[in-house]
Amino acid sequence: MSETNVKKGWFGNTMSLPNDDPRKTLLIAVLLCLACSILVSTAAVALKPLQQANKENDIKRNILAVTGLNQQPGTLDELFARFEVQLVDLATGEYADTDIEPTSFDQRRAASDPSTSIRLSSAEDIAGIGSRSNLAPVFILRDGDEIDQVVFPVHGYGLWSTMYGFLSLEGDFETIRGLQFYEHGETPGLGGEIDNPRWRSQWQGKKIYDDNDQLNIRVLRGFVDADSPLAQHQVDGLSGATLTAQGVSNLVNFWLGEYGFGPYLQRMRNEAGVI
Amino acid sequence: MEHYLSLFIRSIFVENLALAFFLGMCTFLAVSKKIETALGLGIAVIVIQAITVPLNNLIYDYLLRDGALAWAGLPDVDLSFLGLISYIGVIAAMVQIIEMAMDKYTPALYNALGIFLPLITVNCAILGGTLFMVERDYNLAESAVFGVGSGLGWALAITAIAGIREKLKYSDVPDGLQGLGITFIITGLMALGFMAFSGIQL
Amino acid sequence: MASEARENVVNPLFNNNPIMLQVLGICSALAVTTNMMAALMMSIALTAVITFSSLFISMIRHHIPTNIRIIVQMTIIASLVIIVDQMLKAFAYDASKQLSVFVGLIITNCIVLGRAEAYAMKNPPMMSMLDGLGNGLGYSLLLMAVAFFRELLGSGSVFGYQVLAVANEGGWYVPNGMMLLPPSAFFVIGLMIWAVRCWKPEQVEKPEYQIHQVHRTETL
Repeated sequence: MSETNVKKGWFGNTMSLPNDDPRKTLLIAVLLCLACSILVSTAAVALKPLQQANKENDIKRNILAVTGLNQQPGTLDELFARFEVQLVDLATGEYADTDIEPTSFDQRRAASDPSTSIRLSSAEDIAGIGSRSNLAPVFILRDGDEIDQVVFPVHGYGLWSTMYGFLSLEGDFETIRGLQFYEHGETPGLGGEIDNPRWRSQWQGKKIYDDNDQLNIRVLRGFVDADSPLAQHQVDGLSGATLTAQGVSNLVNFWLGEYGFGPYLQRMRNEAGVI
Repeated sequence: MEHYLSLFIRSIFVENLALAFFLGMCTFLAVSKKIETALGLGIAVIVIQAITVPLNNLIYDYLLRDGALAWAGLPDVDLSFLGLISYIGVIAAMVQIIEMAMDKYTPALYNALGIFLPLITVNCAILGGTLFMVERDYNLAESAVFGVGSGLGWALAITAIAGIREKLKYSDVPDGLQGLGITFIITGLMALGFMAFSGIQL
Repeated sequence: MASEARENVVNPLFNNNPIMLQVLGICSALAVTTNMMAALMMSIALTAVITFSSLFISMIRHHIPTNIRIIVQMTIIASLVIIVDQMLKAFAYDASKQLSVFVGLIITNCIVLGRAEAYAMKNPPMMSMLDGLGNGLGYSLLLMAVAFFRELLGSGSVFGYQVLAVANEGGWYVPNGMMLLPPSAFFVIGLMIWAVRCWKPEQVEKPEYQIHQVHRTETL
């Protein structure tokens, strides 16, 4: 008996115990955990750079798409380098004075941390986002010295999910250039039609302020009456997706409003002498 | 308080795990022939859901989330890729522990619910509940409410369909649809009914 | 041996389809079948997971202690799912966005655990792997079929290519919005079960209770 013990060693001995022996159970559990954790961590660590790059490229691609810059020649990174990225302090509308690198700012993380965000009351929170980060990035595209377009990250709740996207305004800070969502979980084919290029193209050229300088932009139920004086502030609804369309309407209003980029827009318009 | 109440109602009706998100369908279709068994399974789901969702919330918040290990002096560690395996581990272990505890202390309850417990580990409603909790970033109190509510919603749905199926026994269904086929179609109709709740804001 | 291997792969496709007969793995089938591309990705992911999990579990089946059996199986399956999830995020980013939590829910897909428990624990690795592959393909077949009907009728396209000219883009086909909603998946699967059982009457379930027996012409 002692001979076989020597030959097999401690490991072999434990393995040859009956399966229900506690020692073997423990050994199997430990071995299994070890093997699985090595596999999983290797995969996670090895693939992380690729995943990170995918995520960043996806966001860049969407910013380019919302500004129409993706029509121009050049690689993703070259085109994206034309944007100036700034962090805005949403409460004051000033560019934030921080050490945070604007391109690496993680707005979702900031929004979930109470020290870098504010909790919205249900009356303020028309977009259904719960809490809002204190800072938010803006992507500014210049044509010479003039501001050509400004892209704002926006998000809000639709029917099933939070929709994340970008809204681009022309340099007059009043005309919408485009709206594009890069992440949402709405019903494909109904609410998912917010991705439809035909619907998205309607946003281009809409004005966000009315004659009294009040924020006025919304998604209707049904179709816009082209003769109506308000037509330039309205976008067709999505048939079969009233609530998603309502969600889009709310989130645009929230992010252009007082608790979103409103103060920033006010400041920029003052500086540009629009009002 | 109002916030929790609306979350509770929403997780039962509006965001019903079984009929709005179609989670836990395998057990939902397989164990719904009798009201009694369906009720037993439903209660087991409520109990497990009420325990595992808050527990996984703690694990996510203090161990896995990006930067969660700051209390251990490791603010840059992001273990969120271990999420799935930890959650399922917690669920499987919890189910096993409850099974053993019930066997020892409440044999009557064990006899009634015991056979359903192993089924619950592979019930996607349980894992789904946890994943929704993570995705929606609930805090501990919210996840407790959500756990109970979503379990209750699932139990409600399975009891309801069991009731329908008991009556259905006496109807003359075409041969090919007998059993499983007609159950699928009825579930579809029930789901259509529950869609009426969708989008209700509380 | 060869014929058994063939049986293992082919049988689950029609004769013993995991979704249609064993009522397994339905949850994910409903959520990702609104378009065929997502369904294809899901099929590949699930088939890969079930094939390898059957292989690994069968390889160590003589050493798995009975009382922690389920956890051991779950750990193996969960690790494989995480790896598949990471791969998707790295190499098929758009698909992974579409599938979101449903990749994670493969862990609780009863087909995977069901095959591990019913077949891989008792049979040698190669056979188990083929059994896993067969069941994975059976699941894929049904998933693709459901997705085909839902995408064709719901958006008039197949794999994203417009087949029926849709009305709001100037064509004649008014898409059926209900086909895009989850309940329609139940109807499609229910009707498919009906069709398959007309083709293979031996799969028909016996009713528990007979009414109007006198009026029925055929005998059951």
